[in-house]
Amino acid sequence: MTAVAPALRAGVGRGLIELRQAFTGMELVNQLLWPVATLAAVFFLRDIAIGSTGYRLGTIILPGALGMFVALGALLVVQQLAADREDGTLLRAKASPNGIRAYLVGKLVQISATILAYLAIILIPGVFLVSGLEIADPTSWITFAWVLLLGLVATQTIGAMLGSVVATPRGAGYLSLPVLGLIAISGIFAPITGLPDWLQWIAQVFPVYWLGLGMRAAFLPDEAAIVEIGESWRHLETAAVLGAWAVVGLVLAPVVLRRMARRESGSSVARRRERAMQRVG
Amino acid sequence: MPNRVDRASFAGEETMPDSGGLSIEVDGLRLRYGTTEVLHGVSFQVRRGEVLALLGPNGAGKTSTIEILEGFRMRSAGRVDVLGVDPALGTEHWRARMGIVLQSWRDHPKWRVRELLAFQGSLYAPYSTPVIRRPWDVDDLLAAVGLAEQADRPIKVLSGGQRRRLDVAIGLVGRPELVFLDEPTTGLDPKARRDFHALVRRIRDEFEATVLITTHDLDEAEKLADRIIILAEGGIVADGTPSQLTRQIAGHDEVSWVHGGARQVRHVADSTAFARGLFARDGNSIRELEIRRATLEDAYLALVRNAEQAAAHPAEVAPEPDGASR
Ligand SMILES: Nc1ncnc2c1ncn2[C@@H]1O[C@H](COP(=O)(O)OP(=O)(O)OP(=O)(O)O)[C@@H](O)[C@H]1O
Ligand SMILES: [Mg+2]
Repeated sequence: MTAVAPALRAGVGRGLIELRQAFTGMELVNQLLWPVATLAAVFFLRDIAIGSTGYRLGTIILPGALGMFVALGALLVVQQLAADREDGTLLRAKASPNGIRAYLVGKLVQISATILAYLAIILIPGVFLVSGLEIADPTSWITFAWVLLLGLVATQTIGAMLGSVVATPRGAGYLSLPVLGLIAISGIFAPITGLPDWLQWIAQVFPVYWLGLGMRAAFLPDEAAIVEIGESWRHLETAAVLGAWAVVGLVLAPVVLRRMARRESGSSVARRRERAMQRVG
Repeated sequence: MPNRVDRASFAGEETMPDSGGLSIEVDGLRLRYGTTEVLHGVSFQVRRGEVLALLGPNGAGKTSTIEILEGFRMRSAGRVDVLGVDPALGTEHWRARMGIVLQSWRDHPKWRVRELLAFQGSLYAPYSTPVIRRPWDVDDLLAAVGLAEQADRPIKVLSGGQRRRLDVAIGLVGRPELVFLDEPTTGLDPKARRDFHALVRRIRDEFEATVLITTHDLDEAEKLADRIIILAEGGIVADGTPSQLTRQIAGHDEVSWVHGGARQVRHVADSTAFARGLFARDGNSIRELEIRRATLEDAYLALVRNAEQAAAHPAEVAPEPDGASR
């Protein structure tokens, strides 16, 4: 008897329930905070010119921010995994047949949908705020779609691996610092070509830069590539790097997660809770 | 009612393969945490359809033992067999045949009661068989644990006892053949406790589930369990039916009476014979005769104290359990 399909179905149902929870009550305010703040940044920077290129900063930032929010999916996975380990939600999954599989599917569904909501919150008002976005062109949306898909898979599987290594919500909090640093050097809020070479190289290892680039490639006119490395959108490289991360993630994440889940038990959850209480008390 | 096993068809058909009617077999189980050994050589068996209570002082290793059986914890040595499988190698199918209620759960705080129960149930649906219809109908189960009114509440607002009832419901939603219940009744009010006892009997009678339960409530153990195992100092110090354990410390009925204005107390083996003698000697001046039979609690305390003394002074083992005298 194969239980994979029912587990996937259960996982999707699970994701939708979590999604509803993520967008009701006070949670909704938390969810809106960052996209709206980003939108505000775009608004204030919309008229600042980038050198003599003729392009405005806001126009460049908006698609880059879309890429950034896709990448932030990794942090969401880390945070939620940490919380779910702490309160025993993951242990519950482990105690149930195919529970871990359904849990993961649910996580991916919910976080992907959350990110789509973020993108909509930014993009829909955004097209009225800044000028020069190519949203009427179908090829824009094709590029958007494959960059998004590779990006969601790459960043969330990375997140699942990181989340397996980081044991506590506090550790997950520390992790957001290097991620913010990475965003800072990834050319989201200013063209990466303004940075020293070695920082550019570091940025190009990780998906954040490529997600930003891919989204700019999708929504900006071709001539805007002059502010990019090599004055090109580098579609091939984008697909290669994001694809490589996605493949590595898909292969390794289940292994790492399973190893982590194997160590979960009632007493390990209880011990972590005691430590958390001591920190508070 | 939907999803309920038909008793006749149940009896007629084969269930899952098992090892000669045994649900659990443990042989020479050892568990070490670092340098301290929590279990040193525990062996016992649980037959299918049996309700076994695992008793023992705090820290005796009850939860550790159960976690090994559930496949959540690696043992240091020994052979363990649960539903015919080594828990360390258990598959998802194996997992679908058991229900687990841990000592404390606080997962899924944002979910609604019915949502979580229905989701958990859906995981068991692929493992439904003609004999065992999985999962248990959610509304039926909510009613059985007394949570029908809270069905649409978020789990985090449940009271401690309500949360515990939900834990039990989740443990049972897959119609398990084997249920692990680690202190399931802590925090339950007397009514909920009685309902829970009825539920345990129901799953045993209706679908022949094997139940392994830990509790610190000896009354409960006596009421529910077909057999009791007492774990202390890393080993099993007693294994038998409640009345067998109580009889082990026969000789400790407490007889008290007033004679010549003074209260007398004796601990004796045969309280009936003792009373007869007492009346024969000075029958007319005996007042306020009271006989208290040794209880399971007396037996438990005596057995545990003995084990602790034996562990502290291995040379001078007190041979006779000594429950009621002081
Ligand atoms: N992960 C661990 N690391 C080290 N020691 C542990 C660990 N888990 C349990 N112990 C120790 O093992 C012993 C047995 O613990 P266990 O939880 O099995 O006891 P218990 O019989 O269930 O007790 P209680 O009645 O309090 O629930 C205790 O001394 C406990 O401190
Ligand atoms: Mg315990």
